[in-house]
Order: sequence, then C-alpha cells, then structure tokens
Amino acid sequence: MIEEDVLCPFCGCLCDDLKVEVEEGRIVGVKRACRLGMSKFMGHERIVAPMVRRDGVLVETSYEEAYERAAEILKAAKRPLLYGWCSTVCETAKKGILLAEEVGGVIDSTATVCHGPSIIGIEEKGLAGSTLGQVKNRADLIVFWGANPAEAHPRHTLRYSSNSTGMFTPEGRGGRKVIVVDVRKTRTAKNADKFVLIRPGTDYEVIAALRMIVKGKGDLLPDAVAGIAKSDLEEVADMMKAAKFGAVLIGLGLTHSRGRYKNVDGALSLVADLNGFTKFVVLAMRGHYNVAGFGQVCAWETGYPMAVDLSRGAPYFNPGETAACDLLARREADAMMVVAADPASNFPRKTVEAMAEIPVIQVDPYPNPTTFIADVVIPTAVCGIEAEGTAYRMDGLSLRMKKVVDSVYPTDEEVVENILDRVRRLGDDN
Amino acid sequence: MIIEGGIVYDPINGVLGEEMDLSIEDGRVVEKAGGSEVIDARGMLVMPGGVDAHAHIAGGKVNTGRIMRPEDGRRGTEPRTKLLRPSTGYTVPNCYAIGYRYARLGYTTAFEAATPILEARHTHEELEEIPIIDKGALTLFGNNWEVLECVRDGDLGKLAAFVAWGLLASRGYGVKVVNPGGGEAWGFGGNVKGIDDPVPSFDVTPREIIRYLMRANEALRLPHSVHLHTNNLGKPGNYETTLETLRAVEDIAASRNRQVLHVTHMQFSAYGGTGWRDFESKAPEIAGYFNRHDQFTMDMGQLIFGSATTMTADAPLEYGNARLLKAKWSNHDIELEESSGVVPIVYGRKNPINAIQWAIGLELALLTEDSWQMIMTTDHPNGGPFVNYPEVVALLMSRRKREEELATLHDLASKRTSLPSIEREMDWNEVAIVTRAGPARILGLPEKGHLGVGADGDVSIYEINPEKVDPSRDHEVVKAALARAKYTIKAGEVVVRDGEVVAVPQGSTYWVDASVPEADAARVRADLVEKFAKYYSIQMSNYMVQDAYVTRPRVVRAGVI
Repeated sequence: MIEEDVLCPFCGCLCDDLKVEVEEGRIVGVKRACRLGMSKFMGHERIVAPMVRRDGVLVETSYEEAYERAAEILKAAKRPLLYGWCSTVCETAKKGILLAEEVGGVIDSTATVCHGPSIIGIEEKGLAGSTLGQVKNRADLIVFWGANPAEAHPRHTLRYSSNSTGMFTPEGRGGRKVIVVDVRKTRTAKNADKFVLIRPGTDYEVIAALRMIVKGKGDLLPDAVAGIAKSDLEEVADMMKAAKFGAVLIGLGLTHSRGRYKNVDGALSLVADLNGFTKFVVLAMRGHYNVAGFGQVCAWETGYPMAVDLSRGAPYFNPGETAACDLLARREADAMMVVAADPASNFPRKTVEAMAEIPVIQVDPYPNPTTFIADVVIPTAVCGIEAEGTAYRMDGLSLRMKKVVDSVYPTDEEVVENILDRVRRLGDDN
Repeated sequence: MIIEGGIVYDPINGVLGEEMDLSIEDGRVVEKAGGSEVIDARGMLVMPGGVDAHAHIAGGKVNTGRIMRPEDGRRGTEPRTKLLRPSTGYTVPNCYAIGYRYARLGYTTAFEAATPILEARHTHEELEEIPIIDKGALTLFGNNWEVLECVRDGDLGKLAAFVAWGLLASRGYGVKVVNPGGGEAWGFGGNVKGIDDPVPSFDVTPREIIRYLMRANEALRLPHSVHLHTNNLGKPGNYETTLETLRAVEDIAASRNRQVLHVTHMQFSAYGGTGWRDFESKAPEIAGYFNRHDQFTMDMGQLIFGSATTMTADAPLEYGNARLLKAKWSNHDIELEESSGVVPIVYGRKNPINAIQWAIGLELALLTEDSWQMIMTTDHPNGGPFVNYPEVVALLMSRRKREEELATLHDLASKRTSLPSIEREMDWNEVAIVTRAGPARILGLPEKGHLGVGADGDVSIYEINPEKVDPSRDHEVVKAALARAKYTIKAGEVVVRDGEVVAVPQGSTYWVDASVPEADAARVRADLVEKFAKYYSIQMSNYMVQDAYVTRPRVVRAGVI
C-alpha cells in the first residue's frame, strides 16, 4: 500500500509530498524524500524499552515505573527545566507547557541553541517575511546568508527557492540570481551567481556596509570591509535593488557567529530598507521540522516563544536569564526533562557537565548522547510516522502530520500526559 | 436556572428596561425552568451576552504580534490559579487571557476578523485554546488568485462555488475582503490606489472584486454579508474611496433579512484632507450616507489612547505605518491568497492625528441614527484592546465624559471634527443594540444577542441600576460596572461572578457549510488541482482544515441548493 502526500518529520522544510510504501505494517520504501528524510522513514536504532538508572546503570523497567520516577523527579525539584520539543508535534508542546506550569518549571526549546537569536532579532525589528510559496512564485533573487540548504535542507532549493518554478518564475533557476554569503565555499555556494566569502564573525560589519550602500551612504565606506572589496558589496547591493522580488534566507551562520541577534537585527533591517526600493522578504531556515511549532504554541499559551520561566505562576521571559543554557550554566536547574531533542550533543560543554550532575528524564524514540546521562528514559512513537499531530514549517505554516504505521510505543503526547497525571496525583503545590 | 428581578434590556424582543425573570435550561432560554439555581439580579442591569463581530484574536498575525512584542506580554500578567491558566499581554493577550477578559466584560461570543485559508489551521488551533466564549473566523477572499480569475472571467457560478469551498477549507464563517487587489499588488511591493485601479497581472479592479464577491455571497445566501476593509484605508482623504465603494454596490440586494455589506472599522475609512497637515474628519459625510442607505452597516474601530498593535491583511498599509512611525515591522505574504502586516503603535492624546481619529470613531457612532447599523468595536487590537469597551460605552452614553476627554486632547480634535457639537447620548437600549443585538443580527446568529425563548443562555448581569444611575453624569460608575460583570452566564452556566472567572467551559466554533451545484464545484476543483500542482508549496490533500482542529463545531447551512 502506498500512502500519498505524507509529511516528512525531519527538517524545517516539512515536505508534504512523500510517497511511503507500507507492507504488513512496515515501511518498505519512500519516494521523493531526500537522504535525510529517507533515513528517518526507513528507521534506525530505537530505544527498546523504558529504563531507569539504578546504581549508575540504566536498566529496563515498566512504563508505569518510568512515569512515577519522572513525576517524582519533577515534583522534588525546585527549579526543573523542561527542554526540547523540536522533533515532536504541537500537541506534545501544549501538554509540556501545562506540565511546566504545574511543576513551576522553566520551559525552553532547541531554538535556544539554534534560531533563538533570530527570535530576539525579530523582537527588535519585526520580520518582513512570507510563506515559502510566495518565494517560489515570485522571487527573482535569492540570498542564502550563513545557510547551506544543499546539506541541511536538501529539497529547499527545488521546492521553494532557487530552483523552484512558479507563476512569475516559469524559468526556475534560469530566471533567478542566487547570492550566497558564507565563511566557506559550501555546496550551496557552488550553485550561486555570486558568492561572497566572508571571515567568520564579520557578518554584522558586512550587513552594515550593505545597508549603507543601499541607503546611498556607500561613499563613507573604506575600500574593503571585513576583507571584502567595496566593489563586491556594491555589486551585491545593485543586484538586490535590481530584483523585482528578493528573498534573504538566513541560517545558523548568522545566529551563531559573533554578534548573534545583532546580526539578525542587521539582516532584518537590511530587508526593511530594501523594501523602500523593491520587494524583499526574509525567512529563517529553521532546523528541526517543528521547532517553529513550539515557538508558536508557546507564544499563544504563555505570550512568549521560548525560555519561559513559570516558577512564579505567571510567565516570565528573559533570554539570557531564563534560557536552558542560562539555567544550566548557573547550575540553577536541579532536574531536567528532555523531550525530542539531544542537548548532550548540542549544548556547550559546561552546561552538559551541569546536566550530568542533576536527574535527567529523556522522552525520545531514539537513543542519543543525552541517553548516557539520563536517569529515566522513556521511548516513544515517532511523530509523523507512527503518530499524527501538528507541525509548523519554517515559514510558520501549520500542517497536519500523518501516521503511516502503528507503533508499540506510546506517543510523546501520551507520555507527557501520563507524567502530568502522576505529578497531579502527587499534589499541586503551586 | 432562574435570573430573578433584573432590569432587562433585550432590544430584539422589544424589552426596554423591564423588570422580569429569565429562565435558562439545558443552555437555552426557556419559558420556565426547573431546578433550584436562582440568581438574584434585583436592581441590576441584565442584557444578552456581548457579541464582538470584529476582533483579531487568533491566528498567524496575532501570534506574530505576541512574538515580536515581549514588552506587551509583560503588561497584564496574571498568575495561574487552581482554575485558570496564566494570563499575559495587553494588546496581544495569550489565548487564556482573551477568553477570561471577554467573559469578565460580559461578552460571550467573538469573531476573529481575518483568516487566510492556507493558515486557517493555525487560527483554529488558537480558537480552540480560547476558553469560555463561542467564536468563529471570517475568511479572506479579496486577493485570492482563484477569486481574481473568476472575476476576470465573469464566472459568478464558479466564484460562488469557490467561496463555498474556501469556507469549508478554512472552516470559516463569512467572506472577509481586505483592500481588494492591494494584497496581490503587494506581492511585488505595490498597491492599488482606488476602486478602479487595475490589479497587476490579473486585469480586474477592486470595484469588480467587491461586486462579484457580494453577488457570490448573496447567491450563497450566507448568514453574514461581505465584511469589507476598504481600499485606501488609513489615508487622508479616503472617505471619497469609501463613499465611491458604497455607491458602486447600491444596486446589489441582500438575499436575507440583513445588511448587504458590512464596512468594518469605519473610523479608519472616514478621513478628509489631502495629507496629514489638513487631516480632518469626514464622519458626518459617512454617517449621513448611512442614514440614507439602510442596507449597509459598519463598526466603529474606535481608537483608545495608549498602546495598540496594528495588524491587518492590508500589508501595504502596515509598511506605510512602519515607515511613518519608524516602528518595528512584520510582514507576511501568503502565497496565492493574501498579504498581511503587524506594527506596534502608541496613540497619544496630544498627537493631533490620533486625537482626530479618536473623535471620528465617536462621531460615526453618534451621527448614525439607526443603532442597528452600527457595532461598537475597537478593531482589537488595532484601535486598542477590547478590554477598553467599557470606556467606549461610557463615551457613547455621556456627553460630559466626551467633553472631559476632549479637554485633555490636542485642540484639533475639537476643530477638525463635529464631536463637540454632538449632543446625543446613547441609552441602555442603544448600548444593548451596538454591543449585542446588532452584532448578532449583522453576523446572522439568530440564537445570539437576545433573550427570547430558544436563544442561547448567554446573559450578562451588571451591578448597576439603570433606573437610578444617570450615565451622562455618572459615567465612571457605568465604566466600572461594565468592566467587571456581576455575573456572566454562558450557555446557562455562571462563568463570572463578581468580576472573577469561576468556571471555564469550552465554547463552540461557528462555520458555514454552503452547498453549490456539483458542476460548479467540479470546475473549481479542476482549477485548484492545477494551482496546487504548479503554484502552491503544499499538496492539495494537506490544505483543508481537518476536523481535529474544530472539536466543537456549530455548523450553519447555507447555499444555492
């Protein structure tokens, strides 16, 4: 049996056109997926059973005991941190936020080590964006800044950006210009009409120089900015102003180099400036398939998209103080629940060391380095393959993910709900 | 439940301040209820639950407002309780705050004013999370490619079929049209300048879009009329565009016993002047036109001084706002369908433009003679947040309050508007019309906005005695009483007591299922198959809002067959 129009639970592209071949309840083939999506559908090592750590060793246990232990840990903690939520559906996030309210915890998503600085940039300047289909149908100039979709979002260029075709872009790549700005010549850069190689950590200077040129103040610039010839920057600015519809697609190169949210602020400001001359939009190349969704749910439930401290009963948001890494770096969190993420691989070393010293609950279909420091491990069904639910594409478009095969595992949502239920039985003390 | 001895205002049933008992059973008003629950409303004002026909309360742009405005989130913070989730925000409250605050005001129904079909799933996710009130969403059609093509081809049958399909796909309630043609032009950074300015690439004009959508709306006999945000909204001199638009549709007849067109947040469309320097009110001209044409209705879009968040599908307007105010700016174009924008603003009493805008909203409401043509709104949160409705009602009821306010404003509010000379003060019957009975009738909700047998058991009771309090003099008493309902009853359940939320039931969501001839539906499907294959960035099968997102639907049937 072929399941049509299946959504891919891998990256922020959230491709929704996959054909998944199912035989006797098992996936035997996937068409149209990229290699990243393919690997997820075809499956790899799973956590077999719930585990708890006894005498330093993870041993298999029942779901019942795992839920009890998780609830006890969260209940006993003074400053529990509930983190992750990027590779699960919005329905899980809703339950997670309620759990964080009930245990008086801090809830944060993987955006904190990803596009969190973009969100802070948006708080400063707003985001002049669009859906990806608008880029597909109209954009005659695409700028990838610190983004490498050829590796990280393999179908992005064909479905949505440089190589896509649409109403006003019938020639696809042939009718478009592509500019890539990066610190090395990536595979994406090889497809560019103009590649600007910048030194790591100079994004802010380069963007500021471009803004000056765009606004007619280029004569104040020196002959080179951050090692790039002024003539190169003038060429880029001319290409931008000559476009009918330009799209700047920003990646982690911008958010996680020196300047961080200020880099993003600069990029957003550049796009706002360019709208004085022509049409321009900017989009963040979000990583995990539903990291955007957590931000949406968290915003409509708490008022804030990430890093929300619920310890005082009312949401309090102050990234730098209330983000996951902040709490761990200060050794403030005294328990951590990790849902659908792998902070042990991605967090700064000092914060992972802090994680190793506190009880950690992991909820995930797959084992990963976080498993090694977890005290309770609860395996779940894979959202988008074994469980349905809502996810938000990188451009903020909400889509419903499908279930294509059954699973012996509970869903993430069920697991969080079960823990919440045990927490409530232990008594609500806030 | 029996509500005893209240002083009831129920304009739809001709009840004008009579002391009477009300009975509610199984969520509805009945002749006589059993049971022992009695609410003592003696000496109190009793009205049907409030109905907000136009507010931005759910969906992509509301959440964009929250995300880009953490500084707003910090205003209005209330911690969780055993019963309630936490509240945040003033102009862009979180979902829980929206439900709780409406209920505290005695409002039991609110409609989200603008949802693109493609992003309707998100709107419903938020509507589902708003507690207590009933709700619905109006669906955007004015810049949709399929609409523009049907208009270009003069194919009314196909257009009606597409409107029906769009309402189904979005689980939407009515046809919203925002700056028709301008949203498409904004796809390449342009706009349309008037109702006869052609839309780039599509060879149609805003006039044709409005006329065709109105005709399709009436062919489908939808419960609500077309709900229009005019072209040139927010610009000096735009009252001419507004009047031109109305004159262009005078020949179209309503298919049901209601208005044929609702023009929304009229305050933003009633401006004179050639620029900001000679900016002035043209509210008397607009109201005068409405007084001669009873087939049209409007809502105020009243401005409230202080912080607001402007959010609209009129994206070029928002870009203009951002440039003018040097404010942070979000924009969101939606492929094949719409554009939109969000910009924070602070309205100042000493700012001459804002002061005139404030006066215009009140002029419109007071100069429009028939209250059934007028709804009290602030276009939440564009003119200001809905929590300020008691302030607006107090202004409508008290000339003295208006004079006190005018004295604190830039003097152009008095010189460039007719407000100082307006003597009218609304009475409680008129207030009940513009806040409940009128919006319910205009939306086409026969079970809302009144307290006759069979109506929904939605009642608001305020601790103010209309026979003893003179609203003209004691406007502060009016405002205080309306801000904290003594009781709000939703579907026969007390949800607010003494201004505090005491129960959190889940309301339902209205949407319209309109039938069309299969031949027209098939032609629409063929077009859409092509559009999804070539232009949309998702598959057609993943487009429509699934039932999982509307868990308590209240489906209204309409259509041509």
